[in-house]
Amino acid sequence: MKINVNGKSHTINVSANPTLLEVLREQLELTGTKYGCGEAACGACRVMMDGTAVPACITPAVSAQGKDITTIEGLEKNGKLHPVQEAFLEEDVFQCAYCASGMIVSAVALLERNASPSREEIIEAMNGNICRCCTYPQIMAAIEKAKTSKA
Amino acid sequence: MKSSLSTGRHDEPVTHWDDYPLRDSMWQIKINYKHMKKQQDENHIFPEQYELFEKKIAGSPITRRSFFKRMGAGIASYLVVSDILAGPIAKSFTREAAEDTIGAWIHVNGEGRITCYTGKVEVGQNIRTSLAQVVAEELFVKVEDIQFIMGDTLLTPYDRGTFGSLTTPQMAPKLRKAAASVRELLKATAAKEWNTSSTSLQLEQGIVFHPSNGKRLSYAQLANGKKLAQRVNEDVQVVPVEDWKIAGTSVPKVNGKFYITGSHKYVSDLKLPDMQYGKVLRPPYLGAKLTSLDTSDAEKVQGVRVVKDGDFVGVTAPDSTTAKMALAMINAEWERKKQPSRKQLFSHLKENANKQPDKKPNVEEAFANGAKKVTSAFHVDYIAHTPLEPRAGLAEWKNGELNVWTGTQRPFGVQEELEKEFGLAKDKIRVRMPDTGSGYGGKHTGEAGIEAAKLAKAIGKPVKVNWTREEEFMWAYCRPAGLIEVRGALDANGKLAAWEMFNYNSGGAGIESPYDVPAKHQQFISSDTPLRQGSYRALASTANVFAIESVMNDLASEQGKDPMEFRMEHLSDERLRRVLKDTASKFGWEKEKRSDRGFGLACGFVKGGYVATCAEVYVDPETKEVKVLKLVTGFECGAILNPRHLKSQVLGCVLQGLGGALFEAVDFDNGQILNAAFSSYRVPRFKDIPETEVLLINRPDLPPAGAGEAPIIGVAPAIRNAIQDVTGERINKLPLVPSGKIRA
Ligand code: FES
Ligand code: FES
Repeated sequence: MKINVNGKSHTINVSANPTLLEVLREQLELTGTKYGCGEAACGACRVMMDGTAVPACITPAVSAQGKDITTIEGLEKNGKLHPVQEAFLEEDVFQCAYCASGMIVSAVALLERNASPSREEIIEAMNGNICRCCTYPQIMAAIEKAKTSKA
Repeated sequence: MKSSLSTGRHDEPVTHWDDYPLRDSMWQIKINYKHMKKQQDENHIFPEQYELFEKKIAGSPITRRSFFKRMGAGIASYLVVSDILAGPIAKSFTREAAEDTIGAWIHVNGEGRITCYTGKVEVGQNIRTSLAQVVAEELFVKVEDIQFIMGDTLLTPYDRGTFGSLTTPQMAPKLRKAAASVRELLKATAAKEWNTSSTSLQLEQGIVFHPSNGKRLSYAQLANGKKLAQRVNEDVQVVPVEDWKIAGTSVPKVNGKFYITGSHKYVSDLKLPDMQYGKVLRPPYLGAKLTSLDTSDAEKVQGVRVVKDGDFVGVTAPDSTTAKMALAMINAEWERKKQPSRKQLFSHLKENANKQPDKKPNVEEAFANGAKKVTSAFHVDYIAHTPLEPRAGLAEWKNGELNVWTGTQRPFGVQEELEKEFGLAKDKIRVRMPDTGSGYGGKHTGEAGIEAAKLAKAIGKPVKVNWTREEEFMWAYCRPAGLIEVRGALDANGKLAAWEMFNYNSGGAGIESPYDVPAKHQQFISSDTPLRQGSYRALASTANVFAIESVMNDLASEQGKDPMEFRMEHLSDERLRRVLKDTASKFGWEKEKRSDRGFGLACGFVKGGYVATCAEVYVDPETKEVKVLKLVTGFECGAILNPRHLKSQVLGCVLQGLGGALFEAVDFDNGQILNAAFSSYRVPRFKDIPETEVLLINRPDLPPAGAGEAPIIGVAPAIRNAIQDVTGERINKLPLVPSGKIRA
């Protein structure tokens, strides 16, 4: 089977019916997408599927066929960081940063569908993402920054 | 500036490395497991206290000569164990350890590359950055010019572990001196070359130059072909704090870009050629015994190997999907042993106490004469660290040597666990710890690494074991639960007259009340813990400070006194007084509040960190729903190395503490963890985050202390006291409002 990840088509093996997360991490060696819970409860594994942030841990790889998948590795274009990554870097958000990929993907997906979300809308959209180090205020600041730099 | 060559307490001459007598072997300090086990059995000592039972053993003698061989030529300054440790730990430690065991070093090689070696590890506290700042400052280079090698048992000197907020206070001042010593060595080398005095020389960006004659030599030129090393000069002149340009500023996380582009490799991301994915068979209940096993179905799956070694059963497969499936195909039966449940937790802890609390006659008497008394019992539940990256280990055997990568706060401890497990000499075991997905005190052990090593040994290929979230909840360890009984009495003038406090099971850290009381007694009493328990941020201080600060609040409210004023009347520690006063004024303690809102405060100190927290809560008069509106935390931990990262640590601590304060609790019933998932074990999320403010008090005159622990202690009692303020309810348990409502 073939899937489209970060603008490239990849042939993958789905005989054991792997999740999209397993395929990304093990077959395509895109390990930026993390495992945190396996039950769509933490957001660590979020990737964009046709522009929407989805938990790759409960997404069967076969269901990704024909969809455009973007992972954290796909946000940087031609050596240039995505503006949201730029904002996270500038705000120096993270501690252990294990949550970083999921947070950034969720934020990118949010800002793509709503260029200027209110504080409440940001909280609503991000509530599925856990940062166990609790860098939430810094993440909020980075999203606010990305939003204004985009506007 | 003094030359480091012939001055100083150690007065140690510069030595050409190869000429150095091979007298000092690298000692290894290890936990004496047998002794510890005995202590555990007798007194129920917890892992959080294992540091008390360390004994030295002679490890493989790694000589200074071999260190240099490994590093290549250059100029270095090193620290020995007695340089690094200070205070009471050092006393017990150096008695056991060779004083000249190398503890860390800084090395400039022939290319001018500056590398620091320390056994400490990065778990998200951003010490890689703050330590690099200190070194860069002394060496007149940029932070990016400093490379840190951390937590690698082959390359870095022995370290007991990264815990207890010790990295900053122990390492930062010492690396500062080591870096300054290297700088002086570089200057002395240049001075020799130019036949001048080193005091006349200056430095900029990796270059030593003579200000008047224009001569310049880069660090690379100076270090090239040299083999110079010197023990850190204690009296070396360091850059004064007032002149800091790099240290003390908000330098961003080193390698920050790797983390936001997904390119940093955590252990769970690592892959070796031909690596297999491993899974371990777990009992469905804690304490269950395997009675029958049928692995025949699993064995039939292509690519799957089943490994059986006594009670240890595991599978490996070329991909994790298949490994998971094969594990599910194993038919196992288990004998269940009755286990205590959460319902009986606190009576269990009391009934199984290892001794009766001591009674002190003077305290008894003071109580008998007390004018007003408060007696309270506090229940503190188990909580889970549940770091976002679950335990992970990767192991590879090569020519009888074992390589393990694992996320642990104690790589050398894991090396010892592996030594015990496989009966292999330490110099055949290398443990590495890439920056990990955090720990909070929850990753002191090496389970996943050991499991991976067992599987790898059996199948003859590298194996990676990534724990699932459920495994992390069920088989890692918890923050201890505790029952705390407190009695406090006031005299006729409203002054504290008597204080008594017993902590069953959660630990002795922070049990000492900071307040002045003429008659007091406090005691930690160990008990039988139903769940596996160990270190957690600030250890038992969270529980003990919760109890102390709640009772202080209630004693004030008994007499209608302002809790701030009441505390100040009994507080003589100047640092704590200041942080409490400043925090309260930042919060606006005196300001008017609505009738449905309450203010609460709490303070305390842990390991050189002084903290006060003020909370504002709203309690819905109808539904009794509690909402934390605002938390203001003041923190003073000596000199600030990186304000932004310090603030981040404080905030992280406070907000993580919010979980344990309001709703986190491990629920268990007869050997089953009932909420072993993020969908059922609630941790703080965006929606839970109140308005937060952090006040950092910089004390450049005092040595810096760690910040990963202390700021957590005030959160729960401040919220509890704020709820009491508005409703009169005294909630004496943690979590305070698991359902979100009072008494629901
Ligand atoms: S791993 Fe997918 S949401 Fe947690
Ligand atoms: S920074 Fe550690 S989980 Fe977010």
